[in-house]
Amino acid sequence: MAARTLFAKVWDAHIVSPESDARPAILYVDLHLIHEVTSPQAFAELRARALSVRRPDLCLATLDHSTPTVPIASLKDLAVVSEPAAAKQVLQMEQNCRDFGIELRSFGSGERGIVHVIGPELGATQPGKTIVCGDSHTSTHGAFGALAFGIGTTEVGHVLATQCLLQRKPRTLAVILTGTLSAGVTAKDVILKIIGTIGVAGGNGHVIEYRGSTVAGLTMEERMTICNMSIEAGARAGMIGPDDVTYEYVAGRPLAPRGSAWDDALERWRALGTDAEAKFDQSVSIDVSRLKPMVTFGTNPGMVVAIDESVPAGDDPAFRKALAYMQVDAGKPLKDKLVDVVFIGSCTNGRISDLRQAAELLRGRRVAKHVRLLVVPGSQQVKRAAEAEGIDEIVKAAGGEWRESGCSMCIGMNGDTAGRGQLSVSTSNRNFEGRQGSGARTILASPLTAAASAVTGKVTDPRELMGSSRRI
Amino acid sequence: MNGIKQVRSRTVVLPIDDIDTDQIIPARFLTTTTKTGLGKSLFTDWRYHPDGTTRDDFVLNSPDAEGAAVLVAGRNFGCGSSREHAPWALLDFGIRAVISTEIADIFCNNALKNGLLPVIVGADDHRWLVEHPGIEVTVDLETQSVVLPGGRRIGFPIDGFSRYCLLHGLDQLGFLLENEPAILAFEQRLI
Ligand code: SF4
Repeated sequence: MAARTLFAKVWDAHIVSPESDARPAILYVDLHLIHEVTSPQAFAELRARALSVRRPDLCLATLDHSTPTVPIASLKDLAVVSEPAAAKQVLQMEQNCRDFGIELRSFGSGERGIVHVIGPELGATQPGKTIVCGDSHTSTHGAFGALAFGIGTTEVGHVLATQCLLQRKPRTLAVILTGTLSAGVTAKDVILKIIGTIGVAGGNGHVIEYRGSTVAGLTMEERMTICNMSIEAGARAGMIGPDDVTYEYVAGRPLAPRGSAWDDALERWRALGTDAEAKFDQSVSIDVSRLKPMVTFGTNPGMVVAIDESVPAGDDPAFRKALAYMQVDAGKPLKDKLVDVVFIGSCTNGRISDLRQAAELLRGRRVAKHVRLLVVPGSQQVKRAAEAEGIDEIVKAAGGEWRESGCSMCIGMNGDTAGRGQLSVSTSNRNFEGRQGSGARTILASPLTAAASAVTGKVTDPRELMGSSRRI
Repeated sequence: MNGIKQVRSRTVVLPIDDIDTDQIIPARFLTTTTKTGLGKSLFTDWRYHPDGTTRDDFVLNSPDAEGAAVLVAGRNFGCGSSREHAPWALLDFGIRAVISTEIADIFCNNALKNGLLPVIVGADDHRWLVEHPGIEVTVDLETQSVVLPGGRRIGFPIDGFSRYCLLHGLDQLGFLLENEPAILAFEQRLI
């Protein structure tokens, strides 16, 4: 057989019926992640047509987007802490999962959390799988060598009813990363650099494969941070070839294969990597050895500079509109701009290693008086792990808020928002106008940069607060 | 869904690049559990002042925009989240076709599934449309062309299967369900 990419191998293995000019391929889905915001209308469609869910066993359902991050003991408390519409959405999700026989990781479940955090954490995310979700950051799961992408609600209905999707085969883009990251520079800075380089539409129509020596040296959590933001470059999916780092992460997790099934799986997974002779439709190389902490200055993730670099000038109307909205000036760096809010969390940077990095900078320090710091673990499991290490205490001692897991201020649907005009340094993935609250201004950055900025109260290069030789 | 052959309307022009789905319909309106009623919240933060009063300087609020069903937008329209609420909001508002030089993948898929026509044209034609707001055009799905006043046509690409479904009002779930035997056979191979 001709040499194939990782993407092509996963794609080919899931074709129920091939594509032709007249019709798209029918692609089989191995894992369907479901949450409360993009599924209600799909379940309504199933009810209207008297359809059942074909494979409830292949669904992983949770509550994350519109859920409160203050503790609630049971669903009854929802009405007290949530807006009526958000509470209704959560209750409807409970009902839908009950009616259609889907297990829901709900309140009270120690396994609840952001879909893209719990899939990997539970071992449901595995190399070679096709994974979809009514959420664009499904690309996160590509870090395991899965083909994972976001879909709309109509397609959520398609998958619920048939376990399949109609898809045209995307093109492939290799992003080759070389060089070693310096201290204080993280996977988040790498993906921001990539988006800044290829642009927010640079990946449209493509699946990205991140390759190169840098990638091989990254942990799974770092790989997830990178794949997570593939959609911010327009690519629906981002993938990384599975290796020993991947297998080690998956092994022993509750939903991972066991015993002889594990051995079989490992054999299949080892054959997934892109063949040496395989061709990509496009390719771009980036050397990360001189990379610095990155911060966004505008209203999309492609408008990004190094922390000590000046904001560029531009006369395109969208560019001018973005600078005016952000209240930043061309020709000046963002460094030292006063910050009102710092958010540490989300499916991009809400895992244990992210919280550890933030805690490392917060330890023994205080958050600046005028700053509100919100730390929201990506899942209940992450929360427990962090508490076992005392991270919650470090955050609280610094004057930050320590919350229950959820999407929280990444999307601001649950009441956690930044105020109008406030400047937020956030470890999430979107700095669109109003994303974190109507009129709020967002700077995307790494957990280190966010924590450093919380301490000084200004946009801050985290390396200034780190011991010069320390590698975090 | 009823079949769609063409959309005839004046254009309304919003020539901003990278208009994301958070602008089209902000997340705070996603707590709905239905598809209807989102039109009043379309582009909320661009259409209204914080106190709820209308912003006269926003193009969709101008009297000329009233009843316009064809939106001419900047490059990479609909980037960002997968929320199908974005095409639902546009349709609920009365927009039936979006013309741009590039439309984000997930938005494009979602639009096609709901009968909102994504129309991709070349940069020169796009510039001409931007420079001539409010003209009467016909977006013709059968001939895959935008017909301008005077009869000039601008062709546009569209996935053949989606086009067929839209023209005939066919729904893609029905098509998938008919493939049940193939799906079952595939699943049996997996075991
Ligand atoms: S954390 Fe943010 S980006 Fe991730 S799933 Fe939640 S809302 Fe979406």
